[in-house]
Amino acid sequence: MNPSPATGAKSEVSFIVNGHTKKVLAYPMERLLDVLRNELELTGTKEGCGEGECGSCSVLLDGMLVNSCLVPIGQAIGASIVTIEGISTHALMNPVREAFLECGGAQCGICTPGMILAAVHLLEKKPEPDLADIREGLAGNLCRCTGYMQIFEAVASAARRRVAK
Amino acid sequence: MRADPTEYRLVSPGNLQAVLSLLSGEPAQWLLIAGGTDVMVLYSAGKLPNRNLINIWNIPELRQIDVLPDRISIGAACTYTALREHEIVSREFPLLATAASWTGGIANQNRGTLGGNIANASPAADSLPALLVYDAELTLISVRGERRLPYRHFHSGYKQTALAADELIQDISLPRRFAGYFSHTRKVGARNAQAISKVCLAALGQIANGTIRDVRLALGSVAPVPLRLNETERLLTGKKIDSSLIETARKSAVNEIRPIDDIRSTARYRAAVAGNLVAEFLEKLAAAGMDA
Repeated sequence: MNPSPATGAKSEVSFIVNGHTKKVLAYPMERLLDVLRNELELTGTKEGCGEGECGSCSVLLDGMLVNSCLVPIGQAIGASIVTIEGISTHALMNPVREAFLECGGAQCGICTPGMILAAVHLLEKKPEPDLADIREGLAGNLCRCTGYMQIFEAVASAARRRVAK
Repeated sequence: MRADPTEYRLVSPGNLQAVLSLLSGEPAQWLLIAGGTDVMVLYSAGKLPNRNLINIWNIPELRQIDVLPDRISIGAACTYTALREHEIVSREFPLLATAASWTGGIANQNRGTLGGNIANASPAADSLPALLVYDAELTLISVRGERRLPYRHFHSGYKQTALAADELIQDISLPRRFAGYFSHTRKVGARNAQAISKVCLAALGQIANGTIRDVRLALGSVAPVPLRLNETERLLTGKKIDSSLIETARKSAVNEIRPIDDIRSTARYRAAVAGNLVAEFLEKLAAAGMDA
Protein backbone atom coordinates (compact mmCIF):
# COMPACT_ATOMS: atom_id res chain seq x y z
CA MET A 1 0.00 0.00 0.00
CA ASN A 2 1.12 3.53 -0.68
CA PRO A 3 2.16 5.47 2.40
CA SER A 4 -0.40 8.09 3.37
CA PRO A 5 1.12 11.36 2.32
CA ALA A 6 0.45 14.32 4.55
CA THR A 7 -1.84 17.01 3.20
CA GLY A 8 0.04 19.17 0.78
CA ALA A 9 2.64 16.59 -0.23
CA LYS A 10 3.49 16.08 -3.87
CA SER A 11 4.31 12.58 -4.96
CA GLU A 12 5.75 11.07 -8.09
CA VAL A 13 3.18 9.84 -10.55
CA SER A 14 4.31 7.48 -13.26
CA PHE A 15 1.95 6.77 -16.14
CA ILE A 16 1.93 6.28 -19.87
CA VAL A 17 0.85 9.17 -22.04
CA ASN A 18 0.46 8.60 -25.78
CA GLY A 19 2.69 5.54 -25.55
CA HIS A 20 5.52 7.17 -23.59
CA THR A 21 6.21 6.67 -19.90
CA LYS A 22 5.96 9.97 -18.06
CA LYS A 23 6.89 10.83 -14.49
CA VAL A 24 5.55 13.98 -12.92
CA LEU A 25 5.53 15.38 -9.40
CA ALA A 26 1.94 16.21 -8.53
CA TYR A 27 -0.55 16.52 -5.71
CA PRO A 28 -2.75 13.40 -5.92
CA MET A 29 -5.96 15.45 -6.17
CA GLU A 30 -4.70 17.50 -9.12
CA ARG A 31 -6.95 16.86 -12.06
CA LEU A 32 -5.60 14.74 -14.90
CA LEU A 33 -6.72 17.58 -17.19
CA ASP A 34 -4.42 20.08 -15.45
CA VAL A 35 -1.45 17.71 -15.38
CA LEU A 36 -1.82 17.05 -19.11
CA ARG A 37 -2.11 20.72 -19.99
CA ASN A 38 0.23 22.37 -17.51
CA GLU A 39 2.91 19.77 -16.74
CA LEU A 40 3.03 17.91 -20.05
CA GLU A 41 1.95 20.84 -22.25
CA LEU A 42 -0.58 18.71 -24.09
CA THR A 43 -2.98 21.56 -24.65
CA GLY A 44 -5.11 19.76 -27.23
CA THR A 45 -7.25 18.58 -24.30
CA LYS A 46 -9.58 21.49 -23.57
CA GLU A 47 -11.36 22.57 -20.43
CA GLY A 48 -15.02 23.45 -20.96
CA CYS A 49 -17.35 23.13 -18.00
CA GLY A 50 -15.01 21.47 -15.51
CA GLU A 51 -17.85 19.33 -14.17
CA GLY A 52 -18.17 16.39 -16.52
CA GLU A 53 -21.05 17.75 -18.58
CA CYS A 54 -19.44 18.94 -21.83
CA GLY A 55 -16.82 16.35 -22.84
CA SER A 56 -14.25 18.83 -24.17
CA CYS A 57 -11.61 17.36 -21.82
CA SER A 58 -12.23 13.78 -23.04
CA VAL A 59 -9.24 11.42 -23.12
CA LEU A 60 -8.91 7.65 -23.25
CA LEU A 61 -7.84 6.11 -19.92
CA ASP A 62 -6.87 2.45 -20.37
CA GLY A 63 -8.95 2.51 -23.54
CA MET A 64 -12.05 4.00 -21.89
CA LEU A 65 -13.41 7.41 -22.77
CA VAL A 66 -13.35 9.60 -19.63
CA ASN A 67 -13.64 13.27 -18.72
CA SER A 68 -10.15 14.20 -17.54
CA CYS A 69 -11.55 17.01 -15.37
CA LEU A 70 -13.13 14.31 -13.14
CA VAL A 71 -10.02 12.13 -12.74
CA PRO A 72 -7.63 12.95 -9.90
CA ILE A 73 -4.08 12.21 -11.03
CA GLY A 74 -3.74 9.89 -8.03
CA GLN A 75 -6.12 7.52 -9.82
CA ALA A 76 -4.08 7.57 -13.04
CA ILE A 77 -0.93 6.04 -11.56
CA GLY A 78 0.21 3.28 -13.91
CA ALA A 79 -2.60 4.01 -16.37
CA SER A 80 -2.26 4.48 -20.10
CA ILE A 81 -3.67 7.78 -21.34
CA VAL A 82 -4.32 8.73 -24.95
CA THR A 83 -5.00 12.37 -25.76
CA ILE A 84 -5.93 14.04 -29.04
CA GLU A 85 -2.19 14.45 -29.74
CA GLY A 86 -1.66 10.70 -29.36
CA ILE A 87 -4.73 9.51 -31.26
CA SER A 88 -3.39 11.00 -34.50
CA THR A 89 -1.56 7.77 -35.30
CA HIS A 90 -4.61 5.56 -34.57
CA ALA A 91 -5.76 3.42 -37.50
CA LEU A 92 -9.21 5.03 -37.37
CA MET A 93 -7.88 8.55 -37.54
CA ASN A 94 -7.50 8.86 -41.30
CA PRO A 95 -11.16 8.20 -42.05
CA VAL A 96 -12.30 10.24 -39.02
CA ARG A 97 -10.09 13.23 -39.92
CA GLU A 98 -11.14 13.22 -43.58
CA ALA A 99 -14.81 12.88 -42.68
CA PHE A 100 -14.74 15.73 -40.14
CA LEU A 101 -13.06 17.98 -42.72
CA GLU A 102 -15.42 17.10 -45.55
CA CYS A 103 -18.63 17.25 -43.51
CA GLY A 104 -17.80 20.47 -41.65
CA GLY A 105 -17.66 18.62 -38.35
CA ALA A 106 -15.21 21.11 -36.82
CA GLN A 107 -15.77 24.85 -36.47
CA CYS A 108 -14.32 26.77 -33.52
CA GLY A 109 -12.41 23.67 -32.41
CA ILE A 110 -13.01 23.64 -28.66
CA CYS A 111 -15.19 20.53 -28.70
CA THR A 112 -13.31 18.89 -31.58
CA PRO A 113 -10.62 16.96 -29.64
CA GLY A 114 -13.30 15.47 -27.38
CA MET A 115 -15.61 14.75 -30.33
CA ILE A 116 -12.79 12.94 -32.16
CA LEU A 117 -11.92 10.83 -29.12
CA ALA A 118 -15.58 10.00 -28.49
CA ALA A 119 -15.98 9.11 -32.18
CA VAL A 120 -12.94 6.82 -32.17
CA HIS A 121 -14.11 5.19 -28.91
CA LEU A 122 -17.54 4.58 -30.48
CA LEU A 123 -16.13 3.18 -33.74
CA GLU A 124 -13.83 0.84 -31.83
CA LYS A 125 -16.85 -0.62 -30.01
CA LYS A 126 -19.33 -0.38 -32.88
CA PRO A 127 -17.67 -0.33 -36.32
CA GLU A 128 -21.02 0.21 -38.09
CA PRO A 129 -23.04 2.50 -35.83
CA ASP A 130 -26.52 3.68 -36.76
CA LEU A 131 -27.63 7.25 -36.08
CA ALA A 132 -28.98 6.33 -32.61
CA ASP A 133 -25.60 4.79 -31.71
CA ILE A 134 -23.79 7.91 -32.94
CA ARG A 135 -26.10 10.24 -31.02
CA GLU A 136 -25.63 8.18 -27.88
CA GLY A 137 -21.86 7.84 -28.33
CA LEU A 138 -21.46 11.61 -28.61
CA ALA A 139 -24.20 12.62 -26.14
CA GLY A 140 -21.64 13.62 -23.52
CA ASN A 141 -19.88 16.03 -25.90
CA LEU A 142 -21.42 19.44 -26.34
CA CYS A 143 -20.88 21.64 -29.41
CA ARG A 144 -22.09 25.24 -29.60
CA CYS A 145 -21.21 25.83 -33.30
CA THR A 146 -22.32 23.07 -35.60
CA GLY A 147 -25.76 22.07 -34.35
CA TYR A 148 -24.37 18.49 -34.32
CA MET A 149 -25.73 17.33 -37.69
CA GLN A 150 -22.39 17.77 -39.48
CA ILE A 151 -20.64 15.91 -36.67
CA PHE A 152 -23.10 12.98 -36.76
CA GLU A 153 -22.70 12.85 -40.54
CA ALA A 154 -18.90 12.92 -40.17
CA VAL A 155 -18.95 9.90 -37.84
CA ALA A 156 -21.33 7.99 -40.13
CA SER A 157 -19.13 8.86 -43.10
CA ALA A 158 -15.97 7.76 -41.25
CA ALA A 159 -17.60 4.41 -40.53
CA ARG A 160 -18.59 3.99 -44.22
CA ARG A 161 -15.09 4.88 -45.42
CA ARG A 162 -13.59 2.35 -43.08
CA VAL A 163 -15.99 -0.41 -44.09
CA ALA A 164 -15.40 0.39 -47.79
CA LYS A 165 -11.67 -0.25 -47.37
CA MET B 1 -13.75 29.28 -6.28
CA ARG B 2 -11.66 26.35 -7.51
CA ALA B 3 -10.37 23.78 -5.03
CA ASP B 4 -6.71 23.89 -4.07
CA PRO B 5 -5.20 20.40 -4.48
CA THR B 6 -2.58 21.14 -1.84
CA GLU B 7 -5.34 21.08 0.79
CA TYR B 8 -6.47 17.55 -0.01
CA ARG B 9 -5.14 14.10 0.64
CA LEU B 10 -5.88 11.08 -1.59
CA VAL B 11 -4.63 7.66 -0.56
CA SER B 12 -4.77 4.46 -2.58
CA PRO B 13 -4.63 1.42 -0.29
CA GLY B 14 -5.26 -0.95 -3.23
CA ASN B 15 -7.10 -3.66 -1.30
CA LEU B 16 -10.36 -3.85 0.61
CA GLN B 17 -8.96 -4.75 4.03
CA ALA B 18 -6.61 -1.75 4.01
CA VAL B 19 -9.50 0.55 3.04
CA LEU B 20 -11.58 -0.78 5.94
CA SER B 21 -8.69 -0.32 8.39
CA LEU B 22 -8.33 3.32 7.37
CA LEU B 23 -12.08 3.89 7.72
CA SER B 24 -12.11 2.24 11.13
CA GLY B 25 -9.07 4.17 12.41
CA GLU B 26 -10.56 7.61 11.75
CA PRO B 27 -14.16 6.88 10.74
CA ALA B 28 -15.47 10.40 10.18
CA GLN B 29 -12.34 11.66 8.39
CA TRP B 30 -12.57 9.89 5.09
CA LEU B 31 -14.60 10.12 1.92
CA LEU B 32 -14.47 7.27 -0.58
CA ILE B 33 -13.89 8.10 -4.23
CA ALA B 34 -14.52 5.58 -7.02
CA GLY B 35 -15.17 7.03 -10.51
CA GLY B 36 -15.32 10.58 -9.18
CA THR B 37 -18.38 11.63 -11.21
CA ASP B 38 -20.01 13.11 -8.11
CA VAL B 39 -17.02 13.74 -5.81
CA MET B 40 -14.87 15.53 -8.39
CA VAL B 41 -17.71 17.84 -9.40
CA LEU B 42 -18.04 19.05 -5.81
CA TYR B 43 -14.27 19.18 -5.45
CA SER B 44 -13.75 21.26 -8.59
CA ALA B 45 -16.42 23.70 -7.47
CA GLY B 46 -14.61 24.10 -4.14
CA LYS B 47 -17.62 22.60 -2.34
CA LEU B 48 -16.16 19.33 -1.06
CA PRO B 49 -16.04 19.53 2.74
CA ASN B 50 -13.96 16.36 3.15
CA ARG B 51 -10.20 16.89 2.92
CA ASN B 52 -9.17 13.21 3.10
CA LEU B 53 -10.11 10.83 0.33
CA ILE B 54 -9.62 7.10 -0.16
CA ASN B 55 -9.35 5.79 -3.69
CA ILE B 56 -11.53 2.69 -4.20
CA TRP B 57 -11.42 2.72 -8.02
CA ASN B 58 -8.60 0.16 -7.98
CA ILE B 59 -10.08 -2.39 -5.55
CA PRO B 60 -10.66 -5.58 -7.58
CA GLU B 61 -13.12 -7.06 -5.04
CA LEU B 62 -15.50 -4.18 -5.71
CA ARG B 63 -15.44 -4.51 -9.51
CA GLN B 64 -16.82 -8.05 -9.96
CA ILE B 65 -20.24 -9.22 -11.07
CA ASP B 66 -20.92 -12.71 -9.73
CA VAL B 67 -23.76 -14.71 -11.24
CA LEU B 68 -25.12 -17.25 -8.76
CA PRO B 69 -28.02 -19.67 -9.32
CA ASP B 70 -30.51 -17.61 -7.30
CA ARG B 71 -29.05 -14.09 -7.47
CA ILE B 72 -26.58 -11.79 -9.10
CA SER B 73 -24.08 -9.91 -6.96
CA ILE B 74 -22.77 -6.64 -8.34
CA GLY B 75 -19.61 -5.14 -6.84
CA ALA B 76 -20.31 -1.60 -5.65
CA ALA B 77 -17.62 -0.08 -7.90
CA CYS B 78 -19.00 -1.67 -11.09
CA THR B 79 -19.55 1.04 -13.67
CA TYR B 80 -22.70 1.75 -15.65
CA THR B 81 -20.81 0.55 -18.73
CA ALA B 82 -20.07 -2.77 -17.00
CA LEU B 83 -23.77 -3.12 -16.12
CA ARG B 84 -24.91 -2.30 -19.65
CA GLU B 85 -22.46 -4.75 -21.19
CA HIS B 86 -23.28 -7.62 -18.80
CA GLU B 87 -25.41 -10.27 -20.47
CA ILE B 88 -27.41 -11.37 -17.39
CA VAL B 89 -28.01 -7.79 -16.22
CA SER B 90 -29.32 -6.85 -19.67
CA ARG B 91 -31.50 -9.95 -19.98
CA GLU B 92 -32.92 -10.36 -16.47
CA PHE B 93 -32.68 -6.84 -15.06
CA PRO B 94 -33.49 -4.61 -18.05
CA LEU B 95 -34.73 -1.77 -15.81
CA LEU B 96 -31.23 -1.50 -14.35
CA ALA B 97 -29.47 -1.78 -17.72
CA THR B 98 -31.74 0.91 -19.16
CA ALA B 99 -31.22 3.21 -16.16
CA ALA B 100 -27.45 2.73 -16.61
CA SER B 101 -27.80 3.87 -20.24
CA TRP B 102 -29.56 7.05 -19.06
CA THR B 103 -26.94 8.03 -16.52
CA GLY B 104 -24.79 10.76 -18.10
CA GLY B 105 -22.91 10.32 -21.37
CA ILE B 106 -20.56 7.45 -22.24
CA ALA B 107 -17.57 9.04 -20.46
CA ASN B 108 -19.52 9.27 -17.21
CA GLN B 109 -20.92 5.75 -17.65
CA ASN B 110 -17.32 4.54 -17.96
CA ARG B 111 -16.54 6.00 -14.53
CA GLY B 112 -19.77 6.32 -12.56
CA THR B 113 -20.55 3.35 -10.29
CA LEU B 114 -23.71 1.75 -8.96
CA GLY B 115 -22.41 1.87 -5.37
CA GLY B 116 -21.59 5.54 -5.82
CA ASN B 117 -25.10 6.25 -7.03
CA ILE B 118 -26.49 4.53 -3.91
CA ALA B 119 -24.11 6.20 -1.45
CA ASN B 120 -24.59 9.63 -3.03
CA ALA B 121 -28.27 9.11 -2.20
CA SER B 122 -29.78 11.59 -4.61
CA PRO B 123 -33.55 11.11 -4.90
CA ALA B 124 -33.12 11.92 -8.61
CA ALA B 125 -30.70 9.04 -9.31
CA ASP B 126 -32.01 6.98 -12.23
CA SER B 127 -30.73 3.56 -11.15
CA LEU B 128 -32.31 3.60 -7.68
CA PRO B 129 -36.00 3.00 -8.57
CA ALA B 130 -34.86 -0.12 -10.46
CA LEU B 131 -33.08 -1.41 -7.35
CA LEU B 132 -36.25 -0.88 -5.32
CA VAL B 133 -38.49 -2.93 -7.61
CA TYR B 134 -35.92 -5.73 -7.96
CA ASP B 135 -35.74 -6.14 -4.13
CA ALA B 136 -32.02 -5.34 -4.04
CA GLU B 137 -30.06 -6.24 -0.94
CA LEU B 138 -26.82 -4.49 0.05
CA THR B 139 -23.77 -5.99 1.71
CA LEU B 140 -22.26 -3.38 4.02
CA ILE B 141 -18.79 -4.15 5.30
CA SER B 142 -16.45 -2.78 7.94
CA VAL B 143 -13.66 -4.19 10.11
CA ARG B 144 -16.50 -5.18 12.49
CA GLY B 145 -17.87 -7.56 9.86
CA GLU B 146 -20.50 -7.78 7.17
CA ARG B 147 -24.21 -7.09 7.34
CA ARG B 148 -26.95 -7.47 4.76
CA LEU B 149 -29.52 -4.73 4.46
CA PRO B 150 -32.55 -4.70 2.16
CA TYR B 151 -31.96 -1.69 -0.09
CA ARG B 152 -35.45 -0.33 0.71
CA HIS B 153 -34.18 0.42 4.25
CA PHE B 154 -31.01 2.20 3.13
CA HIS B 155 -32.24 5.76 2.67
CA SER B 156 -33.60 7.31 5.86
CA GLY B 157 -34.16 10.87 4.59
CA TYR B 158 -32.87 13.37 2.06
CA LYS B 159 -29.21 12.37 1.51
CA GLN B 160 -29.38 10.37 4.78
CA THR B 161 -28.36 6.71 4.71
CA ALA B 162 -27.97 3.70 6.99
CA LEU B 163 -24.24 3.52 6.25
CA ALA B 164 -22.10 3.78 9.40
CA ALA B 165 -19.03 6.03 9.27
CA ASP B 166 -16.65 3.05 9.13
CA GLU B 167 -18.67 1.08 6.55
CA LEU B 168 -18.66 0.82 2.80
CA ILE B 169 -21.06 -0.77 0.34
CA GLN B 170 -19.42 -3.96 -0.88
CA ASP B 171 -22.02 -5.31 -3.26
CA ILE B 172 -25.59 -5.08 -4.46
CA SER B 173 -27.41 -8.36 -4.76
CA LEU B 174 -30.51 -8.90 -6.93
CA PRO B 175 -32.66 -12.05 -6.72
CA ARG B 176 -33.06 -13.76 -10.12
CA ARG B 177 -36.81 -14.12 -10.05
CA PHE B 178 -38.08 -11.28 -12.22
CA ALA B 179 -37.20 -12.59 -15.69
CA GLY B 180 -40.86 -13.48 -16.37
CA TYR B 181 -42.20 -10.05 -15.41
CA PHE B 182 -43.36 -7.35 -17.77
CA SER B 183 -41.06 -4.41 -17.19
CA HIS B 184 -41.35 -0.77 -18.11
CA THR B 185 -39.30 2.29 -17.29
CA ARG B 186 -39.59 5.90 -18.34
CA LYS B 187 -37.57 8.98 -17.57
CA VAL B 188 -39.01 12.44 -18.05
CA GLY B 189 -36.35 15.16 -18.24
CA ALA B 190 -35.58 18.33 -20.17
CA ARG B 191 -33.78 16.33 -22.88
CA ASN B 192 -32.91 12.67 -23.43
CA ALA B 193 -29.15 12.84 -22.97
CA GLN B 194 -27.31 14.07 -19.88
CA ALA B 195 -30.37 15.57 -18.17
CA ILE B 196 -31.28 14.86 -14.56
CA SER B 197 -34.83 13.47 -14.24
CA LYS B 198 -37.88 15.51 -13.37
CA VAL B 199 -39.61 12.17 -12.71
CA CYS B 200 -38.42 8.62 -13.35
CA LEU B 201 -40.46 5.39 -13.08
CA ALA B 202 -39.32 1.78 -12.84
CA ALA B 203 -42.11 -0.81 -12.85
CA LEU B 204 -42.62 -4.56 -12.95
CA GLY B 205 -45.86 -6.47 -13.27
CA GLN B 206 -47.25 -9.92 -13.76
CA ILE B 207 -50.74 -10.83 -14.96
CA ALA B 208 -52.29 -14.21 -14.20
CA ASN B 209 -55.84 -15.25 -15.18
CA GLY B 210 -56.66 -11.71 -16.24
CA THR B 211 -55.74 -10.06 -12.93
CA ILE B 212 -52.58 -8.50 -11.51
CA ARG B 213 -50.69 -11.17 -9.61
CA ASP B 214 -47.80 -8.92 -8.60
CA VAL B 215 -46.92 -5.31 -9.31
CA ARG B 216 -43.93 -3.22 -8.29
CA LEU B 217 -43.71 0.53 -8.79
CA ALA B 218 -40.90 2.91 -7.85
CA LEU B 219 -40.37 6.57 -8.66
CA GLY B 220 -37.37 8.90 -8.55
CA SER B 221 -37.39 12.68 -7.98
CA VAL B 222 -40.80 12.73 -6.26
CA ALA B 223 -39.82 12.50 -2.57
CA PRO B 224 -36.74 12.99 -0.33
CA VAL B 225 -35.76 9.38 -1.15
CA PRO B 226 -36.34 7.06 -4.13
CA LEU B 227 -39.87 5.85 -3.43
CA ARG B 228 -41.63 2.51 -3.71
CA LEU B 229 -45.42 3.00 -4.10
CA ASN B 230 -46.50 0.39 -1.53
CA GLU B 231 -50.10 1.59 -1.14
CA THR B 232 -50.74 1.79 -4.86
CA GLU B 233 -49.25 -1.67 -5.35
CA ARG B 234 -51.54 -3.08 -2.64
CA LEU B 235 -54.70 -1.68 -4.15
CA LEU B 236 -53.74 -2.97 -7.61
CA THR B 237 -52.86 -6.53 -6.60
CA GLY B 238 -55.49 -9.10 -7.56
CA LYS B 239 -57.47 -6.64 -9.68
CA LYS B 240 -58.34 -6.63 -13.35
CA ILE B 241 -56.92 -3.61 -15.17
CA ASP B 242 -59.66 -1.34 -16.51
CA SER B 243 -60.03 2.40 -16.86
CA SER B 244 -61.49 2.89 -13.40
CA LEU B 245 -58.63 0.94 -11.76
CA ILE B 246 -56.13 3.04 -13.70
CA GLU B 247 -57.75 6.25 -12.44
CA THR B 248 -57.72 4.91 -8.85
CA ALA B 249 -54.01 4.03 -9.20
CA ARG B 250 -53.21 7.45 -10.65
CA LYS B 251 -54.83 9.18 -7.64
CA SER B 252 -53.18 6.82 -5.18
CA ALA B 253 -49.73 7.39 -6.69
CA VAL B 254 -50.18 11.16 -6.45
CA ASN B 255 -51.16 10.72 -2.79
CA GLU B 256 -48.10 8.67 -1.97
CA ILE B 257 -45.47 10.99 -3.39
CA ARG B 258 -44.02 14.15 -1.81
CA PRO B 259 -42.70 16.15 -4.75
CA ILE B 260 -41.13 19.60 -4.39
CA ASP B 261 -40.51 22.67 -6.53
CA ASP B 262 -36.84 22.96 -7.52
CA ILE B 263 -34.64 24.12 -10.41
CA ARG B 264 -35.70 21.22 -12.61
CA SER B 265 -39.46 21.18 -12.16
CA THR B 266 -42.44 21.96 -9.97
CA ALA B 267 -44.32 19.80 -7.46
CA ARG B 268 -47.51 20.18 -9.49
CA TYR B 269 -45.91 19.06 -12.74
CA ARG B 270 -44.15 16.16 -11.03
CA ALA B 271 -47.42 14.96 -9.47
CA ALA B 272 -49.21 15.08 -12.83
CA VAL B 273 -46.37 13.24 -14.60
CA ALA B 274 -46.03 10.63 -11.84
CA GLY B 275 -49.74 9.80 -12.17
CA ASN B 276 -49.43 9.66 -15.97
CA LEU B 277 -46.41 7.34 -15.81
CA VAL B 278 -48.24 4.91 -13.51
CA ALA B 279 -51.29 5.00 -15.81
CA GLU B 280 -49.12 4.45 -18.90
CA PHE B 281 -47.44 1.46 -17.27
CA LEU B 282 -50.80 -0.13 -16.37
CA GLU B 283 -52.08 0.30 -19.94
CA LYS B 284 -48.95 -1.40 -21.26
CA LEU B 285 -49.17 -4.13 -18.64
CA ALA B 286 -52.81 -4.81 -19.59
CA ALA B 287 -51.84 -5.04 -23.28
CA ALA B 288 -48.94 -7.37 -22.47
CA GLY B 289 -51.26 -9.50 -20.29
CA MET B 290 -53.69 -9.95 -23.19
CA ASP B 291 -50.90 -11.20 -25.43
CA ALA B 292 -49.65 -13.66 -22.82
